[in-house]
Amino acid sequence: MDNVIRRRTLGARLGRATLYAVLLLAALFYLLPLAVMLVTSVKPLAEITPGTLLSLPREPTLVPWAKAWGEACTGMRCEGIGVYFFNSIAIVVPAVLISTAIGALNGYALTKWRFKGSELLFALMLFGCFIPFQVVLLPMAQTLGWLGLSSSRAGLILVHVIFGIAFTTLFFRNFYVAVPTELVSAAKLDGAGFFRIFWRILLPVSAPIIVVSVIWQFTQIWNDFLFGVAFSAHNTQPVTVALNNLVNTSTGAREYNVDMAAAMIAALPTLIVYVLAGKYFVRGLTAGSVKG
Amino acid sequence: MSLTRSAARPTAGSAARRSHSGLLQAWLPKLVLAPSAAISLFFVYGFMLWTFILSLTNSRMLPSYEFVGFAQYARLMANDRWWVASTNLVVFGGLFVAICLALGLVLAILLDQRIRQEGALRTIYLYPMALSFIVTGVVWKWLLNPGLGIQAMVRSWGFENFRFDWLVDPDMAVYTLVIAAVWQASGFVMALFLAGLRGIDDSILKAAQLDGASLPRIYWRVVIPCLRPVVFSAVMILSHIAIKSFDLVVALTGGGPGYASDLPATFMYAHAFTRAQIGLGSASAMLMLGGVLAILIPYLYSELRSRRHG
Amino acid sequence: MTLLENPLRKTALALATAAAASMTFSVQAAEVEVLHWWTSGGEARAANVLKELMEAEGYGWEDFAVAGGGGETAMTVLKSRAMSGNPPSAAQIKGPEIQEWGELGLLGELDEVAGAEGWDELLPPTVADVMRHNGSYVAVPVNVHRVNWLWANPQVLEAAGVEMPTTLDELFAAGEAIREAGFIPLAHGGQAWQDATVFESVLLASGGTEFYQQAMVELDPEALGSERMIEALETFKRLRELMDADMSGRDWNIATSMVIEGSAGMQLMGDWAKGEFTAAGLTAGEEYLCAAAPGTQDAFTFNIDSLAMFRVEGEEREAQQALARLVLEPTFQEAFNLAKGSIPARPDLDMNGFDACAQQSMDDFQRTAEEGGLVPSMAHGMAVRADVQGAIFDVVTNYFNSRDMAAEEAARRMVNAAQAAL
Repeated sequence: MDNVIRRRTLGARLGRATLYAVLLLAALFYLLPLAVMLVTSVKPLAEITPGTLLSLPREPTLVPWAKAWGEACTGMRCEGIGVYFFNSIAIVVPAVLISTAIGALNGYALTKWRFKGSELLFALMLFGCFIPFQVVLLPMAQTLGWLGLSSSRAGLILVHVIFGIAFTTLFFRNFYVAVPTELVSAAKLDGAGFFRIFWRILLPVSAPIIVVSVIWQFTQIWNDFLFGVAFSAHNTQPVTVALNNLVNTSTGAREYNVDMAAAMIAALPTLIVYVLAGKYFVRGLTAGSVKG
Repeated sequence: MSLTRSAARPTAGSAARRSHSGLLQAWLPKLVLAPSAAISLFFVYGFMLWTFILSLTNSRMLPSYEFVGFAQYARLMANDRWWVASTNLVVFGGLFVAICLALGLVLAILLDQRIRQEGALRTIYLYPMALSFIVTGVVWKWLLNPGLGIQAMVRSWGFENFRFDWLVDPDMAVYTLVIAAVWQASGFVMALFLAGLRGIDDSILKAAQLDGASLPRIYWRVVIPCLRPVVFSAVMILSHIAIKSFDLVVALTGGGPGYASDLPATFMYAHAFTRAQIGLGSASAMLMLGGVLAILIPYLYSELRSRRHG
Repeated sequence: MTLLENPLRKTALALATAAAASMTFSVQAAEVEVLHWWTSGGEARAANVLKELMEAEGYGWEDFAVAGGGGETAMTVLKSRAMSGNPPSAAQIKGPEIQEWGELGLLGELDEVAGAEGWDELLPPTVADVMRHNGSYVAVPVNVHRVNWLWANPQVLEAAGVEMPTTLDELFAAGEAIREAGFIPLAHGGQAWQDATVFESVLLASGGTEFYQQAMVELDPEALGSERMIEALETFKRLRELMDADMSGRDWNIATSMVIEGSAGMQLMGDWAKGEFTAAGLTAGEEYLCAAAPGTQDAFTFNIDSLAMFRVEGEEREAQQALARLVLEPTFQEAFNLAKGSIPARPDLDMNGFDACAQQSMDDFQRTAEEGGLVPSMAHGMAVRADVQGAIFDVVTNYFNSRDMAAEEAARRMVNAAQAAL
C-alpha cells in the first residue's frame, strides 16, 4: 500500500487536506461524549447548565473526582465507588486469566490435535458467544445456589469464565490455525507430549492473540452489569453496579459532576488498556483472528 | 489457510508409534476439551432447553411447571409491543450493521494512507468499544436531549431553528439508538478492516498500479474483494451485538417514547423480570435464539466448508 | 422516650421467646440483610435510623441497596437470590406482589411480633390487608404515599393570575393562562410509570372512585371499554398539550425541579415529590403548594412501601423479627416519613412535626377510609399484579405518545390487556 499516494501535485495536496479534515471530523464525533464527560467532571455544580455541555470549566476542580471515589453515598454507605473498584479488579483479573488460559488450550487442541468431531465441537461451543445473557440469569442463579456459590465472588468469576471461553476459544483457534503445523508434527515425531508442544512451540508465538483475548475479556467483564448486579451480594458488587446506584440515586440537585467523575473512574481501566495496548490489539487481530 | 489441511497427518503419524504414554497423549486433547464441552453442554444448551421448557409453561414470577402448550407463543404473536420490538430490531440491526461497515471501511482506507499520528487517531476511533453504556448512558442522554444537548448547543450558537429532537420523537427514537451504537462499534470494525488491509500482499497492488488502474478502481476491484473474510467476521460480530443490545436501550431511551424504541432483548427482560411473566419472556427469548441461529448457521456452515476445502 | 422503652421491651420479648442461647447470639450481632432501593439522600438517612435502632439492640444490618428504575433492578436481584435459595432477610416488596411471593412459600410469618405489638389495632384495615398472606402477617408497612397530588409553584401561578385548580376544567384553564405567561404549564417526564400516574388521577377525576375501582382494580371489561373510559383517555391525552416537547425519558425529579426553579407551573406526582421540594429548602404551603389532583378531593390513591420478610432460620430470624417490630417504632416512622414525603403507616402518631401537606394527607387518608374514597394505585403496583399492570402501562404509554391512536382503540386494547394477562 506504500506507493499508492506518492505524487504531490496541487490536486494531491488538496486531496491530502480533505483526507485529514475527514479524519479529524470523525475523531471529533468519537471524542464528543468523552469530552463532555471529562469537562463536566471537573466543573463545579453551578457551572453545569443546559446548552453549555462543551464549554470549558471556569474554575476547574477535582472535588467531584475525590467525592466520587471516596465519599459519594448510595444507600447508607458513603464510601464512594473506590471500594467497588477493587471488587471489580478482584473479579476481573482471575476471570480473564482463567478464561484466556482455557481458550488457549482449547484452541490448541482444536487445531493441532484434530479428531473426529472436533470441528463440530467447536461449532457447538461457538454458539455460547451468541446466547443473550438475560436468558441465562435465572437458571444460572439456581445453578450457583446448587454449587453453594450464590452471591460470592467465586460464583461471579465462574459465570464470567463460563461465558467467556466461547470467545477466547474462537480467538485462539483462529490464530493457531495459521501457525505452521509442520513444527508441531516434527515435535510429535520427536516424542514431545501435548503440553510440552504447547509450552515450547505454540505459547512463545501466542503473544499477539493473548493480548487480543485479554483485552477483549477484560473489557467485557469489567463492563458487565447484568451478571454483576444479579449474582453479587452487598459486599461483592462490581464498580458498574455501584456506578448505576450512584447515578440513579435521585434526590434534590443531582450532582452531575460527581456522576460524570464516577463514570470516568469506572471507565478508566478499560480506557487505559485500550490506549496503551490498542496498538497490539489491532496487530493481534491482523495476526490471525480476522482471517477466519 | 492451506496449512490446516496438513493437520490430519500428525495424528496418523503418532498413532503409528502408539505406546502406553502415546495412548494418554491421544486422549489428552479430548481431556483438555472435555470441561469446556461439558460447560457448553450444560450452561448453553441445558439452559436453552430449560428456557424452552419454561416457554411452554405459565410461569409467572418464578419458574413453575404447569404446561400450557404453545399458548405463550400465541400471546406473543398477538402482542403489539413484541411486533414493535421485532420491527425495531430489523431497522436498528440493518442500519447499524450497514453504517458500521461503511464507516469502518472508509475510515480504515483513509487511515491506511500513511497518515501522521495514525496511532492516536486509531485509538480515538477504537476507544468507544472500551466503554459500556452503563458508563456513557448519561452523557448520551444529555447530548441527544433537545433541551440540554446538541440542539440547545447549536441554538445557543445562533442557529435558532436548528432541530435535533429524535430522542423524543416516537418515529425517530430508534435512530438515536443507531447513532450511539455506531459510535461504539464502528471504530472496532475500522480496526478489523485496517488489519485486513495491512494483510493484503503489496505485490497485487503494485501489479494493478502498473496496469495503470486508478486509485478508486484499485480499491473497488482489488482491495475490497480481498477483504471479504473481514466483512464476514464483522457482520457476525455486529449482528450479535445488535441482537444483544440491551444496555443501550435502557440507558438512552428506556424504550420510549411509549415503547417506540423497544428491542427484543429489553422486551424479554421486562416481561421475565419486571412483569412476572417468565413464560412469555421465555417464549420471546426462544424466538430471539431462533434469530441468532438463522444468522449463525450460514456462518458456521461456510466456516467449516472453507476449512475443509481451504 | 422510645430509646428508654426499647431495652425493656427487648428483654421482655427475649424472655418470652425463652431463648437463653439467643441472648448470647445477640451479643455476637445476628444480622439482617435488607434489600431495598431507598438510595436517595433523604431516604437513605431515614433508613439509617432503622439501622441504628437495630444496632442499639445488638443486631447487625447489612445494607443491600440497588438503585434504578423504581426498584426494577432490585427485583431482578431478588429473583436471582430467591432462585439460588439464598434470599435476603427482608426486601422492599409491596402490594399484590407480596401475595405472589407468599404463594411461592418463600415468606416467613410475623404473627408473634404482630400479636405482641397489637398490629391488628395499630394498622388501618386497608394497610393490614396488604401485609397479610393467608391470614398471617408476612410484611411490615413503612409508610403510606398518596399518589393523587398536584404540586405547584405559587410564583408561576401568580404570574399567570390563576389559583390552584380544583377541577379538570380549571386545570386546563389554568394551564392555558400559565402558558400565555410564558411558562410550561405541566412538568412531566415521559416514562411509562409517570404516564400511568397521571392517567390514573385523570381517570379518578373524570370517572369517580367507584368507576376507578371497577376498571383498575376489578378489571371489569365493561368498565374498561366503556364511554367513561374513552372520555377519560381523551382528557388524559389533552393534558399533553400542557406539557413540553422534551419530556420523553425525563426522570420525575427533573420534572419536579422544573417546578422548583419556576420554569414550569405544576406537576401531577405522588408525595415523594415533596422530598425534592424539601431538599431545595422550600416550605410547604408557602414556597410550594400541594393539593389533591384536580377533581379527586374525595379520593386517596395509596401506595404503601413495605418490607416483606423471607423465610429464614435461627438467629437471623430473631433479628428479622426485631426488624419487623422496629419498623413500626414511632422514631423510625417519623424520621422516615418526614424524609420520604409520605405519612406514617400507623395513624396514632402525632402529626405536629409534619408539614401542611402531610397533615392534609393524613386527614384525607382517614376521611377517605371512612367515606370509601381510599383506592389502591394502579400505576404503583398496588391494584393489580405486575403482568396486568405492565400490559396496562403499555396501552397507556403507547396511546399517550402515539400521534394517531384513537381513544376507542386504546380502550379496546385496555380490555385485551386485562384479559390477556389473566
